[in-house]
Amino acid sequence: MKYLHEFRDKGLASSLAAELEQLVDGPVRFMEVCGTHTMAVFRHGLRSILPEDLYLISGPGCPVCVTSAGYIDAFINVALIPRVTIATFGDMVRVPGTSGSLAHAGARGARIEVVYSPMDALDLADQRPKDLVVFPAIGFETTAPGVAATILEARRRKRENFTVFSAHKVMPPALDALMSNQRLKIQGLLCPGHVSTIIGAKAYKPLAEQYNLSCVIAGFEPIDILQALILLARQAVESRAEVENAYPRAVSWEGNDRAQGLISKVFEPVDAEWRGMGIIPGSGLALRPEFSEFDALERLDIKIPKAPEPKGCRCGEILIGRCLPPDCSLFAKGCTPLEPIGPCMVSTEGTCAAYYRYGRSFSS
Amino acid sequence: MKNKTILLDHGSGGLAGQELISGLFLKHLGNPVLSVLEDSAVIETGVGRLAFTTDSFVVDPVFFPGGDIGSLAVHGTINDLAMRGARPLCLSLGMILEEGLSLADLELIVISIKESSEKAGVPVVTGDTKVVPKGKGDKVFINTSGIGTVPDRVTISAGEARPGDIILLSGTIADHGVTILTRRAGISIKGDLKSDTMALHRFVQALVEALPGTIHTLRDPTRGGMATALCEIAKTAEVGMEIEESGIPIRPEVEAACELLGLDPLYLASEGKCLAFVAPDRSRRALDIMRSQPEGKDASIIGVVTKGPAGRVVLKTAVGGARMVESLSGEPLPRIC
Repeated sequence: MKYLHEFRDKGLASSLAAELEQLVDGPVRFMEVCGTHTMAVFRHGLRSILPEDLYLISGPGCPVCVTSAGYIDAFINVALIPRVTIATFGDMVRVPGTSGSLAHAGARGARIEVVYSPMDALDLADQRPKDLVVFPAIGFETTAPGVAATILEARRRKRENFTVFSAHKVMPPALDALMSNQRLKIQGLLCPGHVSTIIGAKAYKPLAEQYNLSCVIAGFEPIDILQALILLARQAVESRAEVENAYPRAVSWEGNDRAQGLISKVFEPVDAEWRGMGIIPGSGLALRPEFSEFDALERLDIKIPKAPEPKGCRCGEILIGRCLPPDCSLFAKGCTPLEPIGPCMVSTEGTCAAYYRYGRSFSS
Repeated sequence: MKNKTILLDHGSGGLAGQELISGLFLKHLGNPVLSVLEDSAVIETGVGRLAFTTDSFVVDPVFFPGGDIGSLAVHGTINDLAMRGARPLCLSLGMILEEGLSLADLELIVISIKESSEKAGVPVVTGDTKVVPKGKGDKVFINTSGIGTVPDRVTISAGEARPGDIILLSGTIADHGVTILTRRAGISIKGDLKSDTMALHRFVQALVEALPGTIHTLRDPTRGGMATALCEIAKTAEVGMEIEESGIPIRPEVEAACELLGLDPLYLASEGKCLAFVAPDRSRRALDIMRSQPEGKDASIIGVVTKGPAGRVVLKTAVGGARMVESLSGEPLPRIC
C-alpha cells in the first residue's frame, strides 16, 4: 500500500535502529505525547529494537484518558435522560465512571450509538427528530475542527435536536504545565503528528525555548518514529533544544489555517480539568455563546459533578509519565481491558491498554 | 462475574465471552464433551463418531457484500464441523423473525440458504420458526445446528497442536469483519471489500485425506479474529507460538480500511478461512494442497509452534520488532484521533 509499506521496511528500520544505537550512549528520557504513538510503538514491536538506555515515557495524549471522571459521570447522567440519544466515538462507551459506563447505561435502556465522525451524529439527529442527540466531544485540536464544522452545518440545516457536549482540550497549555514540573526530567518530546497538522510546528517553539526541550514532530509509522527518535537523540548529543519536523509530508510550520479558523469561530478557550494534572488555565474549548443552542451544557443545564478517581487507580500519574502501568497495583489484576478501572486501560490509545495488549511479560 | 448485566462485549468473541462461557455455562452445564470447547463436539456412538455443533447468527446488516445472514448461517456451522475433520451430513434451521420483516427479504434469505446448502451438499433437514413483536428482535436471527461423521483415526483438535508444528493460514484475514464494520459505519472504501463467507469442508477433507495423521489442529478464525484463535489454541495445547507478521495474507483494501479506522486486522473475523497446524515435514505439501484449491489459493505459512511458555504467542512484526499477541478484549472500536 502506498505510504504504508515504505514506512514499515525491515531493512531501513534495522539501519535506523543501528544509527540510534550509535547516538545513545547513556540514559535518555523522551516522552511520546500522543496515544497513537504509544500504540504504534507497541504494535510494531519497536521497543524490542530500541537502545536499552532510551526510555520512552508516555504522555497525556490520549483524549479518553485525560477526560476527568466527573465528565464521564456527566455523560452517563445525560445518557439516562429520556429521549436523549448519545452519539459517541466508540472508545468512550466502555470508560468506567463512578458507577458503570455508557455501555452499562445502554444495558439499562439508554440510547447509545457509536459514530465515526461528528457528522454522523448530526445525520442521526436528522433521522431521530424526536430525540435530542448529544455528541460528547472529546479530543484535541485534531477533532475540534470537525466538530466545529458540524456545528456550522447543524445551523445551516436548522437542526434543533443536535447538541455537542464539549470536553475538548488543546495541547500546548497542557505540555507547558507538564514541563514546568521539574521532576519529570524529560529531555525531548516526540510531538503528536495529528495535532501538529493543525497547530503547526511553530506551536512548540515556546516550549523548546522556555524549557530547553528538544521537540521533534513524528508521524505514526515505524520509520517515522525511528527517524524522529534519531533527531531527538542527535539533539541530546549536541546539546541542542530545537523544534524539528520529522513529518513534513503532513505537518507544516504554520499548520492548517482553515482548521484553526474553524476552531476559533465556534469555540473559545476555557480552563479545563485534566485527569492527573488538575485544572489547567485555557486548556479547554467551550462553545461560544453565539452557538449556545448547540451547547448540551446549556440546553440540559448540566453541571459537571465532582467525582473521585477510582480507588487505587494511578492513571493520573501514568498520564504524566510519573509511573508506568506495571507500577500500578491494579494493572492486569483488578484492571484489565475486560473490566477496566481506569480510562488508560479502555482506550485503544491508552498506555495501560498498550502495555496490557502488547507489552506484558515480553522483553527483547 | 463482576458485571451484573450482559453487555455487547460478551458477544464479541473475546475474553468477555470466554469468561461468560467458563464462569456460567460450564459452571452449570460442563461435562467432558462440552468442556473442551472445540468448534464442534465429537460423540462416540458405538458405531463410529459423530460431530455435533450449533451456532446462532445475529449479523447486522442482514445483507452485505459477499453474502447475507442465510449463507453465513450455513457456512458457519459447516465450518465448525469441518474444523474437527468431520464430514457434514445435515443441518437444522431455527429462525426468529421480528414482526414487520418484509416477506421479500425473508425469501431472499431462504433462497440464499438453499443455494449455499445445495452448493455445499449439506441439506437442511429440520427447522423451526418463531415470531417476536417489533422491537423485541432485530429483523431476523438464525440458529443452525449440524451433524457430521468423523472418519476413523481423525483426531483433529486444539489440544493436538505440538511444538515444531508449522502454522498455515488458508487465505487473507479480516475480510468479513472489515466488510461488516465499514457497512455498519456507512463508510465506503474504494476497492472490492466483501465478506469471505464460504464452506470449507471439501477443502479440509482434501487436506486431511492427503496427509493422514499430520494435520493436528484446525480452527476458523471468526469472531475475535486470528489473534484470539491462536491464543486459545496456545492455551489449550499448552504451547507457545511465533508468528511472522509479513507472512499473514491480507488484501490491500482490507489493510487500508483497517488503517483508516484504527482497527487491528488480527482481531477481525474471517468466515471462510482456516488455520492449520501441520507436522513440520508435511507442511510444504500441505501448503501445495491448500493452494491447489480455490478456497486456499492465497494460503501461506505464518508461523511455528514453540515449546512455550504455554499460551504465549509472539508476533515478529514486519518492521523487525517483536511483541506479544493477546486475545481480543472489548469490541474492536475505531480510533478517535
